[in-house]
Amino acid sequence: MTSKNRPAAGQVPARRSRQAARAAASRETIPWSLGIPALLAAVFLLAPLAGLLVRAPWLGLPRLLGDSQVLDALRLSLVCASAATAVSLVFGVPLAWVLARWQVRGISVLRALVTLPLVLPPVVGGVALLLAFGRQGILGRLLDEWTGITLPFTTAGVVIAETFVAMPFLIITVEGAFRASDRGFEEAAATLGASRLTIFRTITLPLIGPSLLAGAVLCWARALGEFGATITFAGNFPGRTQTMPLAVYVALESDPEAAVALSLVLLLVSIAVLAGLRDRWLTTGGAR
Amino acid sequence: MRRSALTLTVAATTGLLLAGCGASGTPSASPATSPASVSRSPALSGTVTVFAAASLQQAFTTLGQQFEAAHPGTKVVLNFGPSSALATQVTAGAPADVYASASTRNMDQVVNAAAATSPTDFASNTMEIAVPANNPAGVIGLSDLVKPAVKVALCQAAVPCGATAAKVFTNAKIAVTPVTQEIDVKAVLTKVTLGEVDAGVVYVTDVRAAGGKVKGIQIPANVNASTAYPIATLTKAPNKVTAVAFTEYVLSEDGARVLSADGFAKP
Repeated sequence: MTSKNRPAAGQVPARRSRQAARAAASRETIPWSLGIPALLAAVFLLAPLAGLLVRAPWLGLPRLLGDSQVLDALRLSLVCASAATAVSLVFGVPLAWVLARWQVRGISVLRALVTLPLVLPPVVGGVALLLAFGRQGILGRLLDEWTGITLPFTTAGVVIAETFVAMPFLIITVEGAFRASDRGFEEAAATLGASRLTIFRTITLPLIGPSLLAGAVLCWARALGEFGATITFAGNFPGRTQTMPLAVYVALESDPEAAVALSLVLLLVSIAVLAGLRDRWLTTGGAR
Repeated sequence: MRRSALTLTVAATTGLLLAGCGASGTPSASPATSPASVSRSPALSGTVTVFAAASLQQAFTTLGQQFEAAHPGTKVVLNFGPSSALATQVTAGAPADVYASASTRNMDQVVNAAAATSPTDFASNTMEIAVPANNPAGVIGLSDLVKPAVKVALCQAAVPCGATAAKVFTNAKIAVTPVTQEIDVKAVLTKVTLGEVDAGVVYVTDVRAAGGKVKGIQIPANVNASTAYPIATLTKAPNKVTAVAFTEYVLSEDGARVLSADGFAKP
């Protein structure tokens, strides 16, 4: 009877066997039929990043980052993307749960419809948002009449546009995780007397933790890069609705060097966030 | 056995691709041309790609169709957008034959990059206030645009319509804060048409092109500003001969007639 932590006599220690396995894997050669396309894909994806890094005006960067309009755009981008992710989590996770667990006819139609923004061109999404929540929109008109609040051209409008394009990413990721998760634990908790909300809070959500985080990161990244829906629905005004992608586009018209520098800033911020969550990002749904 | 099948597939695909590349030079059959017609000007054929300012959409579409009808075998491909973005694309090497800008400044950008020589002005345009058809904010003049309750859409300052609108405001000694700075004049017009803003400052030609969807409020001539529209054949035009012909067509009397019918003024 060996304890879990001490290996039995004759068994190779766990750490050494993992190292041996890694060494064996690195000695495995990659076949040309896979290696060449893989190399081309890597070059294709990395070349634009390299172009940005090589041609960036590194010396002018500090002056540019001190510009208030640039800092405004960066702050707005980060705040709105985070807000959009928060809204997506609060409303998208329950929707994902309903889509995964509710066995009713037509649920697949609903699933297809709520993930429609994934294939919709963002500008089309922006126009659709105007038609729904704009001043003359089917719902926006009521909002304007009852409260005098209009959503286009406000920072809230930016959050709405970004949520619209980014929430489906979260829903898809999380719904898959809900469907794959083991119901056994939930049933056990139910027999022990836990309420449905307690089960959801303490068992279901933690079980899909890695997927939830991966979905949230995907959602955040998508929201950060959103351009078409934002400029169509929320417009473009420095300090209020001009996020980084819009600022880059505007800069491209008059000062291409500034556009490159802004792109670099957004790139570095994105890399920092993705790298920070790298381990969780790569293991979705599996045990660490 | 498997390897020879793969080689055959690769060879066939390559062959098809090369055939496709070779065939792209001939123009596709357009409905206006009769199959047996001999081209009147034997030198004019192929596709001419025109990058034109967004405000030229209606006029240049008409001119393109008339040019194709007058020269069977040619095809005019139009790319509309903000003049500044088009200038950037041209200087970055976009395969265009002709560039028509809504301002001299953007044409200068192209000339300075040695992408065009000797541009010629072919029209000019002035500004007008566009409001939704029902004029919800009751805008009657420039001074109404300053009111905080009135939502105004303008073009970005780097785009010709934004720069010209700024000149109008300077002339009228007012400061207008918009709710959005759109990327081109058609985007401003769209926001007005949809009723999302109470007013937008666009070209007189845009108000005319929008028909009944928007109402135009004239800007007094003593404060209004105008912008000149230059056109030039690009030095690296893939289809130089037809490009020159199209540019000359725009500058001709036929061209002037179409432009003035749309509301453009003489250069």
